[in-house]
Amino acid sequence: MSKVLVIAELNGQQLNPSTAKCVACASQLSAAAIDVIILSDQCGEAASAAAAIAGVNRVLTAESTANKGSLAAVLAPQAVAVAADYDYVLGPSTTFGKDLMPRIAALLGVGQVSDIMTVESPRSFTRPVYAGNAILTVEVADSKKIIATVRTASWKEAPAGGNAAIESISPTAEIPTHTRFVELQSATSERPDLQSAKKVISGGRGVGSAENFDIVYKLADKIGAGVGASRAAVDAGYVANDMQVGQTGKIIAPDLYVAIGISGAIQHLTGIKDAGTIVAINKDPEAPIFEIADIGLVGDLFEIVPELEQKL
Amino acid sequence: MNKILVCIKRVVDYNVRIRVKPDATGVVTDGVKMSINPFDEIALEEALRLREAGKAAEVVVATIGSADCQQQLRTGLAMGADRAILIEADSETDPLGAARVFHALIEKENPELVILGKQAIDDDCNQTGQMLAAIWGRPQATFASKLELNESTARVTREVDAGLETIEVDLPAVITTDLRLNEPRYVKLPDIMKAKKKPLETIAIADLAGDTAAQVNATSWAPPPKREKGVLVDNVDALVAALKDKGLVA
Repeated sequence: MSKVLVIAELNGQQLNPSTAKCVACASQLSAAAIDVIILSDQCGEAASAAAAIAGVNRVLTAESTANKGSLAAVLAPQAVAVAADYDYVLGPSTTFGKDLMPRIAALLGVGQVSDIMTVESPRSFTRPVYAGNAILTVEVADSKKIIATVRTASWKEAPAGGNAAIESISPTAEIPTHTRFVELQSATSERPDLQSAKKVISGGRGVGSAENFDIVYKLADKIGAGVGASRAAVDAGYVANDMQVGQTGKIIAPDLYVAIGISGAIQHLTGIKDAGTIVAINKDPEAPIFEIADIGLVGDLFEIVPELEQKL
Repeated sequence: MNKILVCIKRVVDYNVRIRVKPDATGVVTDGVKMSINPFDEIALEEALRLREAGKAAEVVVATIGSADCQQQLRTGLAMGADRAILIEADSETDPLGAARVFHALIEKENPELVILGKQAIDDDCNQTGQMLAAIWGRPQATFASKLELNESTARVTREVDAGLETIEVDLPAVITTDLRLNEPRYVKLPDIMKAKKKPLETIAIADLAGDTAAQVNATSWAPPPKREKGVLVDNVDALVAALKDKGLVA
């Protein structure tokens, strides 16, 4: 009977919702047990949250000051030591998981499945390729440990209701000193986190400037939405990189996604294909975004968006 | 430093509209434009800028694939790389296989820095750089948007979900590039001509690394699920009504 190890992602000391999504994916693997490992300099809070996820058998905590900064080079050898007892090691397809999981896979001498969309069978999965323009079914060779990242936009968080035991461990691993955390520059925001917000208002090059983005923020705040942006808007300096939605930014699945002044390049659409309802506001009726939008309104966003904010 | 190794991949050009073959065995690549993976182009550009700033003596560009890949290597040489290496393989390698092969090349070439794109826009795996660093036992600095090279260390700013993270790594190290690291130069005709005289070496993949058989195998390809066709509304009132109808707003 197989066992799954889920590597938890933390935001500071809190458990990132991506972990519950990994557990949801793990639940489809017909495994005997799903354990979650917290590698951090302060595990307590996250461990309690992980233990409360339905389906989790055990929470392992590896607490050490070396883990501060969640460096892949520091976490990987520890995860590898623990992975010896497991048949699957899962992580989220976030920048944390994308950085860490392949290092773990290579240290274990096995390949990795990136961005699991669905579990077809315990060794077979679907994943998006070519910016989501093709869906690939892959199968992992028999007898190989399966290392994978879970595409968070494809999975709902496993529900609460768990009551797992929490166990403190000290993995035997040589921790390298060749990589050092310096700093994290993070925009603090009161708004819902883009990755998990149910509603997202997003601005593109059409918005025109950082100042003009105020109308996007205003609309978002009116309905309690998160705010995203196209790559063009980030490149132009209107907003910070952590707001980028798309193939190489965040892949999200809100119930509502409003694209303002976004033309709809293939790479952007990859990031929003799983949204419930896509609304597009653009002055160009030929913009590709209208091909994917559920509701489209052609017109001047500088008139439409304030009017929309006012009427909502 | 002496040498920067840049690993590139030949991929379907990012502008091409991808079509899945009707027999589900792959995507249509016949007659389709192929290019250097955009992230790898950024990697090469960064290496060239470091050499131009006097921080490195030589930039070597390498790739794994069929003889057709020489086209992309020549583009790399035209951009300014000093030397190119084709590791000739008759079948696709997966990221782990590629990492093992590039590691064998590293043992031959001894670069102080290895730069590659963070992901290939065909398979979107985002694994090779990390795997290479792990096999090599060296640091990885992924999704780099800024690189500062010092004597024996590099300070790298990375684009992460929470914002911008800066780490410091000891050299030698592997860096993977993100979009905003730089904007690659255009290749000019005189450079293309000059590139024909630069060395392009071919090595058989079997001469470099033994076990490159893929462990994750593609079994079938399908087009993505289609979304239902949408509607156009005439004004904001109609939009608000539609959103309320769907229960998306109060």
